Amino acid sequence: MDTLKENLQTEEFWVNMGPQHPSTHGVLYLEVKLSGETVVDLITHIGYLHRGMEKIAENRTYTQFIPFTDRLDYIAAMGNNLGYVLAVENLMKSVVNDRAKYIRVIIAELQRVASHLVGITTFAQDLGAFATPLFYGFREREKIVELFDEICGNRLTYNYMRIGGLQFDLPKGSDEKIRAIVKYMRPKIDDLESLFSSNVIFTARTKGVGVLTKEKAINYSVTGPNLRASGVKWDLRKDEPYLCYDRFNFDIPTGANGDSWDRYKVRIEEMRQSLRIVEQAIGGLPEGDPTVKIGRIIKPAPGETYMRTEAPRGELGFYIVSDGSTYPYRMKIRSPSFSNLAVLSELAKGIKIADVVCLLGSLDIVMGDIDR
Amino acid sequence: MKNVSVDAPEKQIEIPKEALLETARRLLSEGFTNLHCITAVDKIQYMELIYIFYFMDKHACVILKTRLALNDLTVESLANIWRSADWLEREVYDLFGVKFLNHPDLKRILNPDDWDVHPLRKDFSRPDIIKKPKS
Repeated sequence: MDTLKENLQTEEFWVNMGPQHPSTHGVLYLEVKLSGETVVDLITHIGYLHRGMEKIAENRTYTQFIPFTDRLDYIAAMGNNLGYVLAVENLMKSVVNDRAKYIRVIIAELQRVASHLVGITTFAQDLGAFATPLFYGFREREKIVELFDEICGNRLTYNYMRIGGLQFDLPKGSDEKIRAIVKYMRPKIDDLESLFSSNVIFTARTKGVGVLTKEKAINYSVTGPNLRASGVKWDLRKDEPYLCYDRFNFDIPTGANGDSWDRYKVRIEEMRQSLRIVEQAIGGLPEGDPTVKIGRIIKPAPGETYMRTEAPRGELGFYIVSDGSTYPYRMKIRSPSFSNLAVLSELAKGIKIADVVCLLGSLDIVMGDIDR
Repeated sequence: MKNVSVDAPEKQIEIPKEALLETARRLLSEGFTNLHCITAVDKIQYMELIYIFYFMDKHACVILKTRLALNDLTVESLANIWRSADWLEREVYDLFGVKFLNHPDLKRILNPDDWDVHPLRKDFSRPDIIKKPKS
């Protein structure tokens, strides 16, 4: 036995995770170097969903590109629609009326709730809570998806926002429906929270796992709920208000430790705050016609603009260069998940391989957003 | 409304590429701890690099712009100061072919490693891209 122990050798080895691994949220390929079960090194490979959106944008008119933005972060397509049209409106210095602004806020916040529901429940599924929380989350999300279906005719890729307004006004009776959704959603979020927070396995696997410090988060340009979980009180809706966010009362939830648990808690709390915003916006919804007043062919004056918005996963920015023609000369999409994923290899070093799955789930990435 | 609009001209600084590292270090010491975005624009005569920095506590933004001659597409990397520059510079290298000196791991990020073109340059075109009609 002793000779066996002397002759036994251990070595570090590489393991491939993905691109078809169920917990990699699509097509993400991780090369993990392991020493036993501990991660020594992690290399992230992306690009499996690269469709060349930025090149496509150079060959489409400004209006034609709106449906393409749906395919960036497909879990929260309204957020992308909004970020893009706001950037073009910023470039053209055009203003939309108050009703369009309020409807945009309502839609964007409901989208945030729907997106976080998917984010949290798939995170729980990654941790082994197979199917049950996912079904609860998707049942709740279905209410919002059905509302969006009524408003714009699509369930996932909405193509609803327009440069200078919206495609349609809200159909008759939707404000009652939106109020009903807010009323329905509040206790359901409490249910979900108690389902996860009182679960011993969930708490044990998330608390203290994957700690992202404040300095590191800013240095990596991590944004959104992941940044706020690290204790940075930064939300573009408060700090650089766009649309009419400065008219609503809401809080910015922050975490204390920046671990996976805080990232989950911040998302739960953000959903509650989003519902608060929706309630205020639907209460003060002004009259008017939010549909588009400008033509489909748009020729912004030559110039450049950068506009960033607080999408559900973080700061989504569009850098648009116009040469005065009907096509953008160059469009850079600064997607939130891209920078949020870049921090993974840093956080993964020294943790167990099973916790890499937890970490990835807590960062809540969407591959379409990363690869563009 | 205190929206930080970056198209305000006073927030843009154009610098020669030799001064990039020094200017970036000065920005960091002034408090611009967030390198938010790096991108490039192919202006046909030259390549323009764009860096967007944020000073979060003061809600301040600075855009650094630098021009690269087409026959010398190299510039100092900022990835050793801001870790966010790591992937963003790799993306610019992948799509535009700008080489970042002293980058820790400069290789393609979105496209296959064995590809030899940089697709976001204006001279790149493929038959399956529907080109914009002459207007």
